[in-house]
Amino acid sequence: MKLIVAMIQPHKLTDVKKALYDADIHKMTVTNALGCGQQKGYTETYRGVIHEINLLKKVRIEIAVNKEFVEPTIKAIIKGARSGNIGDGKIFVLDLVESIRIRTQERGSVAVG
Amino acid sequence: MRILKDKVVKISVAMMMCMGILGSVVAEDRISYAQNIGVDTLWVLLAAFLVFFMQAGFGMVEAGFIRAKNTCNILTKNFLDFCMASIGFFIFGYAIMFGEGTGFMGLKGWFMIGAQSGADIPLHAFWLFQAAFCGAAATIVAGGMAERMKFSAYLIYSFIISAFIYPIIGHWIWGGGWLSKLGFADFAGSTVVHAVGGFAALNGTIMLKPRVGKYNADGTANAIAGHSIPLASLGVFILWFGWFGFNPGSTLSVGDGSLIARVAINTNLAAAAGGIIAMITVWKMFGKPDLSMAMNGALAGLVAITAPCAFVDPWAGIIIGAVGGIIVVCGVVFLDKRRVDDPVGAVAVHGFNGVWGTIAVGIFGQQSLGLSHNGLLYGGGLTQVGIQLLGVISVVSFVVVAMGILFKIIDSTVGLRVSREEELKGLDIGEHGMESYSGFQVFTTQ
Repeated sequence: MKLIVAMIQPHKLTDVKKALYDADIHKMTVTNALGCGQQKGYTETYRGVIHEINLLKKVRIEIAVNKEFVEPTIKAIIKGARSGNIGDGKIFVLDLVESIRIRTQERGSVAVG
Repeated sequence: MRILKDKVVKISVAMMMCMGILGSVVAEDRISYAQNIGVDTLWVLLAAFLVFFMQAGFGMVEAGFIRAKNTCNILTKNFLDFCMASIGFFIFGYAIMFGEGTGFMGLKGWFMIGAQSGADIPLHAFWLFQAAFCGAAATIVAGGMAERMKFSAYLIYSFIISAFIYPIIGHWIWGGGWLSKLGFADFAGSTVVHAVGGFAALNGTIMLKPRVGKYNADGTANAIAGHSIPLASLGVFILWFGWFGFNPGSTLSVGDGSLIARVAINTNLAAAAGGIIAMITVWKMFGKPDLSMAMNGALAGLVAITAPCAFVDPWAGIIIGAVGGIIVVCGVVFLDKRRVDDPVGAVAVHGFNGVWGTIAVGIFGQQSLGLSHNGLLYGGGLTQVGIQLLGVISVVSFVVVAMGILFKIIDSTVGLRVSREEELKGLDIGEHGMESYSGFQVFTTQ
């Protein structure tokens, strides 16, 4: 079992969701996040004053998957989120120790799938 | 409006004659006459200020019904189109609408030089009232084309519609043009303002195509919920309030007050009936009393009663508004099925109900209330209905063709629509570089 955490551009969420659905992955948690990486931020103007926004709006997607779904999930996220520019985001893959479905109290891969 | 103006003039002349007999001093006549004009001017200016305030109503309704990421953009459009309309209507619009000329358009009074007032009030008061109407017609379109139209394209459009297109229609109906000569009646602008704005919006939203994510591949529609129902409600209340200037102010004089009173009660009843019936309709169709639709229903009732408000009895006002409430719900559903993405319901509210209100004059209107023929229900047969139909069809066709050409030209020069990436990020950042809700976390993921 793995936990896939991806940081992507907010406006790419629609595309990523579609790519994930196409790959038969329907379970995910999405959070609004602020963050910065290599991308330097963008400028806003407010009443004539230009100021740089350092922490950028990002979307954090978390998906718990079984082993055979790790690669398809990564591929789908890349397909949806990649534009080729700095700021496209990152994907982290973490080991997942345990997973429990609250309703049935099932444990392990059954609870993930 | 012209017919009524004549009537009002007759009434005031009659009143003056009475006063002359009673007072028997000529000088007193002059004083009372001067006071009449003063009171009329005050009334029309007050109405003009109310109609101006409707701009705020439109702004709040449109802002509330769209997503947070585009709010600054729609409000900038709303704000600037009134500025554009004021200047455009000063330079060209008034001359085209009220200047002497042909049956098609006026040709005298550019920059208001040598312009004549279209009523018995001073020119400048009359101009302000008309300019506020012109701004309303322009701003209706912002809602229909919201969340994807380029700002620069909108500025060009808003100047052209208020300087040329709206005034041409206005000349036909209120400026002594060909439709007014036929006896076409549109008391306060169901056709002149609302059908023009509504069908311009329809044309624009079809050319712009739907927003990203509005329709699925199989053609079913997704709901893109507005971000603030409180703002939208405030907007509807402001519009309803402003409408008490829009319709009653179109009397252009105080007279003995009875006409203003009739127009005001009809306006209020139609809005109320529209709100109730739209709520019931949407409740029946979709299982919940959707506030956004009930509010659209009140606006629909207001639009529908705008043309007939002076010529009908209050019971007819209720029916006209109620039918408007049904039309708006069915209209929104119909447009969604046809894949026309109108984020705030501008086409269903202003376009469809503008047409309905215009036709309603021919059904419920009465000769005794100042109409040139009795309506269908008063034994006048289909004469007035026919005139109304002819008028509204000609106006809609003209608007669709003229706006089609204008939008095509804008599209091939500066472009009508923002890029997909900008649309997804939101037009606030893309077009204006500022957020509406700085410091709040706003989802820009839809």
